[in-house]
Amino acid sequence: MTVQTIDPALRRVPPMGGFNLTVLGIELKRILRNRRTIIFTLILPAALLLVFGGQQGWDDKAGSGNVAAYILVSMALYGAALTSAAGGSMVALERSLGWSRQLRLTPLNPVAYILIKALVALVMGALAITAVNVVGIIQGKAEMPLHVWIITPFVTLLCTLTFAALGVFVGYVVPGENAMQILGPGLALLSFLGGVFIPLDQYSEVVRQIAYWTPMYGVAEIARAPLTHELPWYAVLNAVAWFAIFVAGAAWRMSKDTARV
Amino acid sequence: MTQTSFSGATDVSAGPAPAVQLSGVTKDFKDVHAVRGIDLTLEQGEIVAFLGPNGAGKTTTIDMVLGLSQPTTGSVEVLGLHPRQAIARGLVSAVMQTGGLLKDMSVRETVAYTASLFADTAPVDEVLRTAGIEGIADRKVGKCSGGEQQRLRFAMALLSDPALLLLDEPTTGMDVEGRRAFWSAIRADAEKGRTVLFATHYLEEADQYADRIILISHGRIVADGTGSQIKALAAGRTVRATLPGARAAVLTALPGVESVDIRGEAVYVHAKDTDAVARYLLNETTAHDLEITARGLEDAFLSLTGDQDDTTTTTTSSQEVSA
Repeated sequence: MTVQTIDPALRRVPPMGGFNLTVLGIELKRILRNRRTIIFTLILPAALLLVFGGQQGWDDKAGSGNVAAYILVSMALYGAALTSAAGGSMVALERSLGWSRQLRLTPLNPVAYILIKALVALVMGALAITAVNVVGIIQGKAEMPLHVWIITPFVTLLCTLTFAALGVFVGYVVPGENAMQILGPGLALLSFLGGVFIPLDQYSEVVRQIAYWTPMYGVAEIARAPLTHELPWYAVLNAVAWFAIFVAGAAWRMSKDTARV
Repeated sequence: MTQTSFSGATDVSAGPAPAVQLSGVTKDFKDVHAVRGIDLTLEQGEIVAFLGPNGAGKTTTIDMVLGLSQPTTGSVEVLGLHPRQAIARGLVSAVMQTGGLLKDMSVRETVAYTASLFADTAPVDEVLRTAGIEGIADRKVGKCSGGEQQRLRFAMALLSDPALLLLDEPTTGMDVEGRRAFWSAIRADAEKGRTVLFATHYLEEADQYADRIILISHGRIVADGTGSQIKALAAGRTVRATLPGARAAVLTALPGVESVDIRGEAVYVHAKDTDAVARYLLNETTAHDLEITARGLEDAFLSLTGDQDDTTTTTTSSQEVSA
């Protein structure tokens, strides 16, 4: 039987390790049409802002702005943290479904894959932050200098990377689609403890001492630092330590999972 | 075992690069020796069945061909390239039986997503049409039936026109008609140079559709040859009986008897119709202690891949058929 042969030299390798806008677009569409994600990440934080932002004393001074601005920044952080965590848990879910293995059979470089996921998480985080800010502007109560209003969202976005790592970690520990059911209430609890919803000085001494050790405390202080001009060293330590812990946890679970990619 | 070997895949004078070349490949997982030394060359355009019980090392070997894991020792080349380089060029695809799909994506999105990762692919719409999933292009993958999902997996695997296609139990769940259509499509592609390596538990299917069957057990290749060569290792059944003074000529003359072996008082009759032989022996002769042992393909499979001591190689397991 005469058989034709295939010359491997004629085949090309895709540029940029397979990174492309089609994939980025599909990944964004996937998240945006997930109703649960939209409710928890875009609508809930904005709604919380409307509830908390209008509470008594909203116009009291807080740093270089007012209390409403302080709450706005906190809610934006909460929303962005939730989105990042949701994005992170999707990575773990996709691995458990064998999708990551499927992608390993394409030219897609693992670095390009992580880059795509990180970009999607950042875009979604930015959307969550924007949603809260737009609602805040419409509400018209928050006041802070323009440069603070511009810088804060970027600082917030950076802080949310911690929760992307947490999402990957929890996604592995709680396999399947239930990770968000734990991450949602879990992040809300951590936000209460970390002083995102209620300032820490409202708590009793005991609770406050515990709060300093929880993962939302550090990032919340950092995100609000441009507004409050206060940033204790232990808040920075807290943020760096939790970032390291979650990344290590995610990496640990991922490495346990490489037996069948 | 194949004796053919090309000294260097990049050497043009040696002809086209073999689709797969494994040389002295072993793979250990801590204390477990999953693959214990495999040498194997698959030529372009071959359709090869990979047979073996669970835990034989099939999946481990396939993972190494796909570049998903590295051999502990030895080398793996796909079309003369490192497996990852071959995959980066779209030269290798695999279709797994389950998983590998995201339920929340539509059929078209899944194909478009995969296509965008390769340097060159056929247009998405054309691929959907060829795979017969054009009509469900906008359906969510989670709402597709098992058969539709399998067609989608094939569409994804064929996007880059791979030179090597690895299939895991490809026709599970297909009806006879579907199975026939599937294999004739695979055969047509093989004639264009595509090499197909498929793992299966169906010996009949391997026999019917593969040019070559490779039996793997305990991390080693225990038989490698055409379907008929593998079958010849173990066709029919054997009747054993104690019959003093047996005459070979009489027994050979019985219908369906293939060979007769007389060792002292014991006779061994290999036959297609062992019932008739048994009936004859019991009714017409003084034969006693009669035993019938099956020697079908299944049995050949079992005897070739069955439990053996890890280090000793029995005569059966070392039996190889030169292709």
